[in-house]
Amino acid sequence: MVVSTMPLTAKDYKSEVKPTWCPGCGDFAVLSATFKALADLQLRPEQVVVVSGIGCSSRIPYFCNTYGIHSLHGRALPMATGIKLARPDLTVLAMGGDGDLFSIGAGHFPHAARRNLDILVVCMDNQTYGLTKAQYSPTSFVGHKSKSSPYGTVEWPMNPVLLALAAGASWVARGYSGRPKQLQELIVEGVRHRGFAFLNVQSPCTEFHNTYNYYDARVQDIPKDHDPTDYLSAVRLALPQEKTLLGVFYRSERPVYEEQVRAFEKVKVEFDPDEFLSRYG
Amino acid sequence: MPKSEIVIRLGGEGGEGVISTGDIFTLASARTGYHVFTFRTYPAEIKGGHAWYQVRVGPRPVLSMGDQVDVLVAFNLEAYEKHKHLLNKEEGVLIYDPDEVTPEPHPKTVLYPIPFNRIARQDLNFVRGKNVVVTGVLAGLFGLDPSSLTGFITQRYKRRAELLDQNLKALEAGITYALKNLTKADPYYLTPTERVGRLVMSGNDAIVAGALTAGCRFYAGYPITPASEILELMAQTLPRIGGVSFQAEDEMAAIGSVLGASFAGVKAMTATSGPGLSLMTEFMGWSGMAEVPCVIVDAQRAGPSTGMPTKLEQGDLNHALFGGHGEFPRIVIAPGSVEDAFWQIINAFNLAEKYQVPVIFLSDQSLSHRTESLLKPDLSKVQVVDRLRPDEEALENGYQRFAITETGVSPMAVPGTPGGMYVAPGLEHDEKGHVDNPLASHEKMVPKRFRKLETLQKELEAPPRYGASDARIGVIGWGSTEGAIREAVERCVAKGIKVAAIHPKVLNPLPEKYIEEFIRSVDTVIVPEVNYTGQFARYLRSIFGIPVVRINKWGGLPFTAGEIQRKIEEVANGR
Ligand SMILES: Cc1ncc(C[n+]2csc(CCOP(=O)(O)OP(=O)(O)O)c2C)c(N)n1
Ligand code: SF4
Repeated sequence: MVVSTMPLTAKDYKSEVKPTWCPGCGDFAVLSATFKALADLQLRPEQVVVVSGIGCSSRIPYFCNTYGIHSLHGRALPMATGIKLARPDLTVLAMGGDGDLFSIGAGHFPHAARRNLDILVVCMDNQTYGLTKAQYSPTSFVGHKSKSSPYGTVEWPMNPVLLALAAGASWVARGYSGRPKQLQELIVEGVRHRGFAFLNVQSPCTEFHNTYNYYDARVQDIPKDHDPTDYLSAVRLALPQEKTLLGVFYRSERPVYEEQVRAFEKVKVEFDPDEFLSRYG
Repeated sequence: MPKSEIVIRLGGEGGEGVISTGDIFTLASARTGYHVFTFRTYPAEIKGGHAWYQVRVGPRPVLSMGDQVDVLVAFNLEAYEKHKHLLNKEEGVLIYDPDEVTPEPHPKTVLYPIPFNRIARQDLNFVRGKNVVVTGVLAGLFGLDPSSLTGFITQRYKRRAELLDQNLKALEAGITYALKNLTKADPYYLTPTERVGRLVMSGNDAIVAGALTAGCRFYAGYPITPASEILELMAQTLPRIGGVSFQAEDEMAAIGSVLGASFAGVKAMTATSGPGLSLMTEFMGWSGMAEVPCVIVDAQRAGPSTGMPTKLEQGDLNHALFGGHGEFPRIVIAPGSVEDAFWQIINAFNLAEKYQVPVIFLSDQSLSHRTESLLKPDLSKVQVVDRLRPDEEALENGYQRFAITETGVSPMAVPGTPGGMYVAPGLEHDEKGHVDNPLASHEKMVPKRFRKLETLQKELEAPPRYGASDARIGVIGWGSTEGAIREAVERCVAKGIKVAAIHPKVLNPLPEKYIEEFIRSVDTVIVPEVNYTGQFARYLRSIFGIPVVRINKWGGLPFTAGEIQRKIEEVANGR
């Protein structure tokens, strides 16, 4: 196949499949920021794999002209782990909803983070279950009324940014669908980061839980004087605040999992079945 | 008359050295040219509880663990009480520690009281050397060439001079004790025979060896008995040969990462046992739907739930065949022996790659953990199949990942390939993987996916057949019972009973043509299985619509050849 050497543009990452999201859904902003970020990075589409779970947001691979996996509800991270371990040359983005990553898939998140796989995980956090039509989610605030919490949920919400920090993610940020330019920059930085990068995007569900007004009034950039290499300061900023802070909370360098696992790469030998079997003689 | 086929059973407290004594003795016997077949079972706890080990040694190939116990080595009273009734009634030998056991009168049994504990503690000041003392006693008694034992011990402790010295002394003490203090009164001799370079492997060893030979370069697993050794051996081997072994956080992550790696173009496998298979089930369906190949080893153990983790049951056949929601093609393979496990796991990889489906490989506690001697597999016979890739033309002209073909198999692009971009979908999809017209897609894609099994079914070879060519009684078994069934059939044939057995290895799709022929050729079909409900018997009945005579055993232990033999004889005698 002849590969064009022209610079890639956002359009080159867009597939022929039209997004099925509701008009105004926050996930549109995440999708187009992703296209633009991939173009900024000039990554070959065939070198990129977008992996998702199940949910409205998890439909995203179909809309990307890259390799993709639409896996099971909650299982994007295991699949991303297998891809990255098997093929460190690929750029892997794991994307999904708050229910997908932090309810049914929550068991995988801290492990992927602490291992420090070189992947970017994007949570499209709408604080509700979109696809199953308006039940409360693990990030819904206390008192959130939904079809499955008609009297208001009494559950303390999960804080994905804080969780990522606690679990050992080496790059942690928050974005907002209402701030697409910043979103694009964060995705670029998250992909570039060598290690486990986690980006939580407040991505309103216009159909069942429209939080645009709420966030428009509350978002604020992380103060300029914050040092993202200062872990404790990052944790402090990640605690519930008056404002919803946007930007990079934390950035650190740690050996990358797939490289450590492949420590013998330089001295590897071909598998010799005869020699292997002879050990049992 | 001197005898050189011996069944030896050792019993004692878990952690006391029963298993290691058995293993050392087995390896040494194999090194001097004997065939061996072992079975082991130990409590799920680390210390305490009852463990026992059985080895059958003989100059001719041994197919099963044996019926009665010729030599019982009782480390403690419990072992004596538990196993004494299995002693060979005519020519049994009881070896015991008189400080632990006071045996009742055994008129026809040869008794060898040996104070193992005292020898280890007082004479050697090396309590943990008891297992080697016992090994030495057995070697001395049965004339096993001591050099094979010293060689083995030297190899094991070559980096720990003090332990090596202590162990060699313990061995010496055992041999000397047997020669000086015991008067040989039993007929068993393991005199050196022609040394043939046989391997001694466990089922799990063979599974790893075969998987790596087939090209597996990604393994993921979560520890579980009796599959953990596969994870451990993969972790030791894969990193050095350019592969990756991954201890996942749970079984869903294990199979998920395996499918991720396979999607990315690397042959991948996971291994688990029943509880883990349950957790992997949702992903089995995804593998079938997205047509991403994988190999799932299920080393079955007695269930349900945590059940009896260290005991045998062929209880997961239904799950392997039917587990999961919706309908998807899958291949189920069950090997019959350790050597067969090597070949069948290669087959499993080849079929997974060729047909882009999940392959469930049913080992079990007895097969995974038992050791058998075998000649080194003839590696020139190994064939490795890789998945179909799209050619340039397909990539240039609007590549269709799920192109509808006659065989059902569509070329699969690997990430990194320009023009091959597609989404591996869990949703119903069309040829391109698009999910926007599910009704029309489902209509054509379900048969497309199942066509792969139909194609495979036509290619399946006849299963191995044993016994009389003019059989009136037919035995159909599956999995690790193959040796016991074969031995039972051979014994019955020797007695003039017209019986034969077939043992299919691919259980889904079944080689129906051959099984049907076999069923038609006999009057009665017997199906032995180590489970309560007769899962294979019901499966056969559902396909072939025939009545079958079931033999079921569910006590956590394998069949002996004698148990199957008795049933065949009953049927032959019209009972
Ligand atoms: C095992 C399993 N359980 C339940 C579901 C049903 N289900 C599909 S998506 C979803 C939740 C989606 O919420 P979220 O991940 O936040 O994504 P959103 O739709 O809001 O983008 C659920 C419960 C499923 N597909 N699989
Ligand atoms: S239901 Fe909500 S999350 Fe789903 S597409 Fe519509 S707006 Fe987006």
